[in-house]
Amino acid sequence: MKEVINLPVKNVEEEEYHINMGPQHPSTHGVLRLVVSLQGEIVKSLKPHCGYIHRGIEKMCEKDTYPQIIHLTDRMDYLSAHINNHAVCLLVENALEVDVPERVKYIRTIVDELNRIASHQLWWCSFGMDMGGLTCYFYGLRDREKILDIFEESFGSRLLHSYYTPGGLMMDIHPNFQKNVKDFLKYFRRKIKDYDNILTGNIIMQERTKGVGILSKEDAISYGVTGPSGRASGFACDVRKHHPYGVYDKADFKEILGTEGDTFTRYMMRMHEMRESMKIIEQLIDNIPAGDYTAKMKAVLKLPAGEYYQRVEAARGELGVYCVSDGNKTPYRMKFRSPNFSNLSALDHMSRGVKIADLVAIGGSLDYVIPDIDR
Amino acid sequence: MNFSIYDFTSFNQWIDKFLYDNLPAFWAVAVEMVIIGVAILLFYALVGLFLVYAERKVCAFMQNRVGPNRVGPYGFFQTIADFIKLMLKELVHIKNADQLLFNLAPFIVIIASFMAIAAIPFAKGLHAIDFDIGVLYVIAVSSLGVVGILLAGWSSNNKYSLIGAMRSGAQIVSYELSVGLSLITIVILAGTMQFSEIVEGQRNGWFLFKGHIPAFIAFIIFLISSTAETNRGPFDLAEAESELTAGFHTEYSGIKFAFFFLAEYMNMFIVASIAATVFLGGWMPFHVGGWAGFNHIMDYIPPFVWYIGKTFFVIWIMMWFKWTFPRLRIDQLLTLEWKYLLPINLVNILIMAFIVLMGWHF
Amino acid sequence: MDNAALKERILGLVPDAEFQENKQFLTFIIPPAKMHDLALSLKAEADLAFDFLFCLTAVDMVKFLEVVYHLESTTHKHQLVLKARTEDRVSGAVDTVCDIWKTAELHEREAYDLMGIRFNNHPDLRRFFLEEGWVGHPLRKDYVDEVNIVEL
Repeated sequence: MKEVINLPVKNVEEEEYHINMGPQHPSTHGVLRLVVSLQGEIVKSLKPHCGYIHRGIEKMCEKDTYPQIIHLTDRMDYLSAHINNHAVCLLVENALEVDVPERVKYIRTIVDELNRIASHQLWWCSFGMDMGGLTCYFYGLRDREKILDIFEESFGSRLLHSYYTPGGLMMDIHPNFQKNVKDFLKYFRRKIKDYDNILTGNIIMQERTKGVGILSKEDAISYGVTGPSGRASGFACDVRKHHPYGVYDKADFKEILGTEGDTFTRYMMRMHEMRESMKIIEQLIDNIPAGDYTAKMKAVLKLPAGEYYQRVEAARGELGVYCVSDGNKTPYRMKFRSPNFSNLSALDHMSRGVKIADLVAIGGSLDYVIPDIDR
Repeated sequence: MNFSIYDFTSFNQWIDKFLYDNLPAFWAVAVEMVIIGVAILLFYALVGLFLVYAERKVCAFMQNRVGPNRVGPYGFFQTIADFIKLMLKELVHIKNADQLLFNLAPFIVIIASFMAIAAIPFAKGLHAIDFDIGVLYVIAVSSLGVVGILLAGWSSNNKYSLIGAMRSGAQIVSYELSVGLSLITIVILAGTMQFSEIVEGQRNGWFLFKGHIPAFIAFIIFLISSTAETNRGPFDLAEAESELTAGFHTEYSGIKFAFFFLAEYMNMFIVASIAATVFLGGWMPFHVGGWAGFNHIMDYIPPFVWYIGKTFFVIWIMMWFKWTFPRLRIDQLLTLEWKYLLPINLVNILIMAFIVLMGWHF
Repeated sequence: MDNAALKERILGLVPDAEFQENKQFLTFIIPPAKMHDLALSLKAEADLAFDFLFCLTAVDMVKFLEVVYHLESTTHKHQLVLKARTEDRVSGAVDTVCDIWKTAELHEREAYDLMGIRFNNHPDLRRFFLEEGWVGHPLRKDYVDEVNIVEL
């Protein structure tokens, strides 16, 4: 006689359904893998699996001199490459107590903000695409191209510039730089209205994002969600305001804070931030003082033994560089506190109980860049 | 035989007579069927290729791009090149897939759209079958495609495909109602379900204008729900490439994928044809009351051109939808249908019935 | 709270905390056993209110492994660096703080993965970047990988 096996009766309502989003998936913007457990279309929980593009930049830094490290930082968050460079340059300059010429500070601030606009433009394209509106992608890329052209003319490259060096800049700006930037601002002030027309004001987009993926202020702080995503929750975390560097203290700009903390607010934060960045550039572009484009630096940079930490506001949030030096020309330990890494940790919390389509929208609104998470 | 591009009736009768005179009755019917089948198949393939090209050009112009422009003048042969590529591509064998259903699914989808095209009047007399229940037939047949989509999602052994198929099932079953009810609104006005008579009834004015506001509301609802029924953006939840990679046809490659692709475009063509036939006067020329000279010029344009023009106008509107709107979420999609479109539709039918009863229409 | 007052306050909470000179931040070395209790009171007490852990990392000082916590208060704007040291390179462990600052969960996983420090009571302490079964912890100074690391 056959043995009777009592199979446990499964409750269909409680059964979970796991899908792998990534490492190859259109909406993870890179090689991020999210293991999502679903119940029907509803996300119960998700676990991020990273490391698909882990290059060990922190380990590589231990072998490189400080000017060399700058080239590695480009490759973390490649969409805000200038700002990453800025962080390392500031760290080295502060450690060596170098006085950087005013001209350099002005140029760096302007270029940072241009970089921020370019980054947010690409975010806007991909957010539109995540929502299913493909046309946005081309609108955004069209305008980002203008900024990249300015970059190319002055710095010789479009994505990974390595334009800043400890103490100054690699070379002076192109003579057309100021004119081109002003032309771009005039152009983009007009074009950003298109962004609002095609996506912001769209009823489908608003219905899909309002009240979805809510992150409270307490959670934003606890998860360390910074940048526009953190400010959408009301977390005043703009490093440019609270720990100014460059010439941000001379520019008049607002730190815009949201209250809702939902996907739509995160979207609006970045739209506002593009306008604020334009405002900053407009104030500075005509006032770039004459002078050297770099301070006198030693051939070999050796940081005094000790610990250094530098925070800057990258396009996606607060980038921190922590450096332990033992007095050699290479750092003893280098740590990059990347904004996307912390922002990603909140994704599970935000996306519980939403639909799978919302998960994509939330991911888009967090705007993660995977090489920055993995480093 | 007097052949005229304004009326194909005599041409058809001539072929019919010729065949019956020379062949036994059974073979005459068989040959007629083959001729019609081949003609429709050719038309189907050509329109499919052209629609893919048109979509790429339209979306390119909406996105500040040039679109295909390498293969032939203005890239006109791009889709033919694509078709050859898809024909030659390897058919990826899926492990643990239900092979029978997996292979059957694309055929069901394409057959459903192929059957629907039979009932559409292209011009006077150019009409494969003129059912007296043409509207009902088209609604019935075009909804068969969902079976193919469900099978494709189920048999692929892929979770994304399954989610896409289930979404598609829910979506098509709900939007079928709105498509049917908005057509019934016009059937009440026309008093017939036969397509040829519906077109004939619009000789003195399109139903869109004849039926006052209810016809207009029905037209809008038809546009929305038929876009949803064909799984096109902003209702392309079954594919939803940012969420489900490619939805129900994730696992298909080569010619099987091409079948899904072609069927999607042909479904769009069919619903646009129905919209043109039922609301916009089919192959009837555009007339303005009292402008005799203008009307006379309009009469010179062949009916087939009118039909194609109106259909492509509707298709262009649908493409416009797709390339400007973000995608809906599944719950919003169903809310839109069950909470908004369906009640509006039911009330609309009542109003239309009342108007027809009182004879208030033109 | 300024740094002098903050220093008194921390020493009041943990008398055996070791003060370390640092130009930038107020820095303390805390015995690992007391780390969690201190973290709890740092977050909870109204005059401290360190609610933002803006960086958590680990450093291999060869003699010992060090976990570095960078803290900031979003209300009072004061900053603080805490360090916890463990000399055990094989099973050295520090209590997790991810129940206090949720961001620590991923940061601690990263530290465990690359530096090999264990965190007691961590809900999901697995490798984060490297695959399961990877031998060694690459950011340690004594990590040798002749295949993947090219010495210049």
